[in-house]
Amino acid sequence: MSLLEVRDLRVTYGSGAAAVPAVRGVDLTLEAGTKLGVAGESGCGKSTLALALLRLLPASARLEGEVLLDGEDVLAMSWGRLRAVRWAGASIVFQGAMHSLNAVHRIGDQIAEPLLVHGRATPAAARARVGELLEHVGLPAARAAAYPHELSGGQRQRVMIAMALACDPRLIVADEPTTALDVMIQAQILRLIEGLVAEQSISLLMISHDLAVLADTCDRLAVMYAGRVVEEGPAREVYEAAAHPYGRALSSAFPRIGDPASRRAPRGLPGDPPDPAALPGGCTFHPRCPVALDACGELDQELREAGAGRRAACVHVGSAS
Amino acid sequence: MATTSTPADAVRADQARAADGAPRTGASSGYLRHAAGKLGGALVSLFAVLVTSFFLFRIIPGDPVKAMTHGVPTSAEQLATLRRQFGLDLPLWQQFTDYCAKALTGDLGTSFQFRAPVGELIWEKLPATLLLTGVAVVVYSALGLWLGTRSAWRHGGLGDKLNTGIALTLWSVPSFWLGLLLIIVFSVGTGPVPGLFPTGGMESGMGETGLAYVLDVAHHLVLPVVTLVAVGYAQTLLVMRSSLLDEMGGDYLTTARAKGLRDDVVRRRHAVPNALLPTVTMVFINLGHVAAGSILVETVFSWPGLGGLFYQALSVPDLPLVQGLFVVFAGAMILMNLLADLLYPLLDPRVGR
Amino acid sequence: MTSSTTSATPAPEPLEPPPAVPGSVRKPLSAASLARQRRKASAVRFWKQYRTHRAGLYGLAGLVLIALLALAAPLLVGADVQSVTAAPGTALESPSTEFPLGTDQFGRSLLGLLIWGARISLLVGLLAAALSVAIGTLVGIVAGHYGGWFSTVVMRITDWFLVMPALVLAIVLATVMSRSMWTVVLAIGVTSWPTTARLVRAQTIAVESRPYIERATALGGGHRHVMTRHVLPNVMPLVLAQTTLGISTAILTEATLAFLGLGDPTVVSWGGMLQDAREAGAVSSGHWWYLAPPGIAIALVALAFTLCGRAVESVLNPKLGVGR
Repeated sequence: MSLLEVRDLRVTYGSGAAAVPAVRGVDLTLEAGTKLGVAGESGCGKSTLALALLRLLPASARLEGEVLLDGEDVLAMSWGRLRAVRWAGASIVFQGAMHSLNAVHRIGDQIAEPLLVHGRATPAAARARVGELLEHVGLPAARAAAYPHELSGGQRQRVMIAMALACDPRLIVADEPTTALDVMIQAQILRLIEGLVAEQSISLLMISHDLAVLADTCDRLAVMYAGRVVEEGPAREVYEAAAHPYGRALSSAFPRIGDPASRRAPRGLPGDPPDPAALPGGCTFHPRCPVALDACGELDQELREAGAGRRAACVHVGSAS
Repeated sequence: MATTSTPADAVRADQARAADGAPRTGASSGYLRHAAGKLGGALVSLFAVLVTSFFLFRIIPGDPVKAMTHGVPTSAEQLATLRRQFGLDLPLWQQFTDYCAKALTGDLGTSFQFRAPVGELIWEKLPATLLLTGVAVVVYSALGLWLGTRSAWRHGGLGDKLNTGIALTLWSVPSFWLGLLLIIVFSVGTGPVPGLFPTGGMESGMGETGLAYVLDVAHHLVLPVVTLVAVGYAQTLLVMRSSLLDEMGGDYLTTARAKGLRDDVVRRRHAVPNALLPTVTMVFINLGHVAAGSILVETVFSWPGLGGLFYQALSVPDLPLVQGLFVVFAGAMILMNLLADLLYPLLDPRVGR
Repeated sequence: MTSSTTSATPAPEPLEPPPAVPGSVRKPLSAASLARQRRKASAVRFWKQYRTHRAGLYGLAGLVLIALLALAAPLLVGADVQSVTAAPGTALESPSTEFPLGTDQFGRSLLGLLIWGARISLLVGLLAAALSVAIGTLVGIVAGHYGGWFSTVVMRITDWFLVMPALVLAIVLATVMSRSMWTVVLAIGVTSWPTTARLVRAQTIAVESRPYIERATALGGGHRHVMTRHVLPNVMPLVLAQTTLGISTAILTEATLAFLGLGDPTVVSWGGMLQDAREAGAVSSGHWWYLAPPGIAIALVALAFTLCGRAVESVLNPKLGVGR
């Protein structure tokens, strides 16, 4: 049994005529001990997806489908069971740790909080554990007494990671964990996450707009566009030879380390991601697609086999081209 | 913070701090400097109050003695005596320095009406006002914070609309009118309602002692406190509501929920402490306003405090007493502002201490 | 740092920037008509947004009603309603068909007095709020425009006034001056301006940091030109909101002063009626019909202005959160 299995997940904000679909039928599978990356532009629904996994979306969001965590459907859980699963079953490292940490509490108390809430430790034991966790992420244990504003961005992200590890979850969801950091610190934090995840055989679901970062860290990659997964497969293969034109555009949007050609000719993607409230008909990518056919404006594309362990949703995949 | 200096700097600085194991040096001296600045500002304000009160009462009425004896038949001889008595034959600057020197030693002149030192009169009435306003502020801060929190947490709902609607309506009601109405309904008794509470004063004067006395005073406190709370809690409610609404989009609340905290714990432990900071300042500043606002309520309920004294002084008018009370009320406001300024950095870790 | 930048409320966006043409010397007619057009368009936009605030509409409807009543008072009741000698009834009558709200201790109709009192309460409220906002706007624009030590000193004084208990100061002013309606207006006006001054100063600084002001100065527009032609039109919406909110406070303060016996003894106002009621022993004899109506009238008018003010404020600056 897979650790995490998302089946036909749909998230809609608002209702009636004003309903805006943010996630439109996503299927994902994450085996225990593996790392899955989810890539996409802002507004493609990837952060909504992350929050939907633990039902953290505002009340105005409607969720449909199944999120099976260890075989148990998160979306059908009672509130009590859901609270027990949150953080203990799966924890989240949010982007921009400045706002994700509470400014008026000491970081030690914030790390200890889930331990106490889930009854994992007595207050004294929690204190000791906080020290351990902080040292584990490369911070002195004495920093537990600091307030978030007394730390740098990288340090705050380390605190978030320590916090995520507190209850020994089987899954960590990392939502743009390095976006607000500068490049040097980004690499440090990525290595830290990678190391910890490998060491404790935790599964990782990492979300980013940076395909290169994901390809570097994860085993498998899923590319999202307009609330759907348009391509999925082993990380290296998706990054280096995407089957979907959007995947190709995304992987060439960032200069590749060690590849001067890509730096000299970075290829961006014309246009903006579509407004979720007014999606184009047919394949949602067709207005921006360099290889669109006439039929793309009419025909919606489903994910289909695109080689061994790979799937893509494009008219060109599996056809004569 | 991290955006102004590079993270690398911060890391280095941090390692240095971690190495010597001491908390950030200079942190407490920063607070002292802040405190000294605020204290200085308060002293300047207080001096400005003295200047204002001096000139308001000496310059504007033209002849202060005439103003003092306004409506009281006085002979020319009596006027001359009064002038000498109040030192009005001296040059203005000398009058002013005398006034300031005396005010600083607590001598605020002599009441025209009571023929007693103003300072003494004020000192005598101060406890009653402190009791009334203290109780009222505690009650309406608690009420305002509680209702404001509820309102914001379920904002846009029926409860929220009802809450803010009632608070705004009560806020628009003149306090003295509400007090009079409460007296008619609950003290005098109307229709089926018997006279439940005393019509005024602070004690029945039946010689109660101990617990009986405390209960008697509490009984007398009910209506004035209800009046002050009713017209005053709207402000706390609205400030708490809007600052909590500002916090509600906060990512740290999503973190708290993701940790598996119950909704009310998220609110109590995470959202409210952040929203409380602006509200605390508000409560302190209100404290000063309440002291001034108690003038009406004390008058209506014949409460033996500074407000009632002020009303008595106004109706004569007993200018030295009015002047002294003005200095005291203004001083109270300055003091409360100072306390709010001094307290704020201690509550908010983001403001340096 | 990041938290302070995101939580800081941006200066309210003015509804329309004034014409960029600095026509101090030679103002083309087309620019003026263009400005007029834009002003009209922004007024329409303002109304469209205001309409969505239901509480604000209730407030506005209440105000229109009360204002009409006050204006029509000479027709409805006539000025002799105030006359003590020509009082139609006997003292302290209970409500009847002839006197729906009863009579006061002089035998005057309380309903008539209530309607007549609306004139003074509204007039004093409007004048005092106008005076207060005028002082606040002047101080705010001048302090914001000139800056430097001058601004520092002016704002220090403003802060000092902000700390003063306004009600006590107003009472003291009304005590040392002679009893008249103008004294009351002055006492309220000069004690309640500091909030406006602070807001206007902030807005002035925001407006003057825009490039077209620099252009206007470069083209020879003087201080006076910049302040009256560019800054003033931009702070007007803010001033409007402040005035609306200020009137309800002013009306409450007026009632308070009148109740304390510091009002104009020759005219009838709602606060004065309450003072009369108290002196006539309405409290101890339980004459609630004497006491209740003036208080309800004060509360309704103050509430109506507050509702309007809050609606105006949230239209101008949705981030303030009052309308949410």
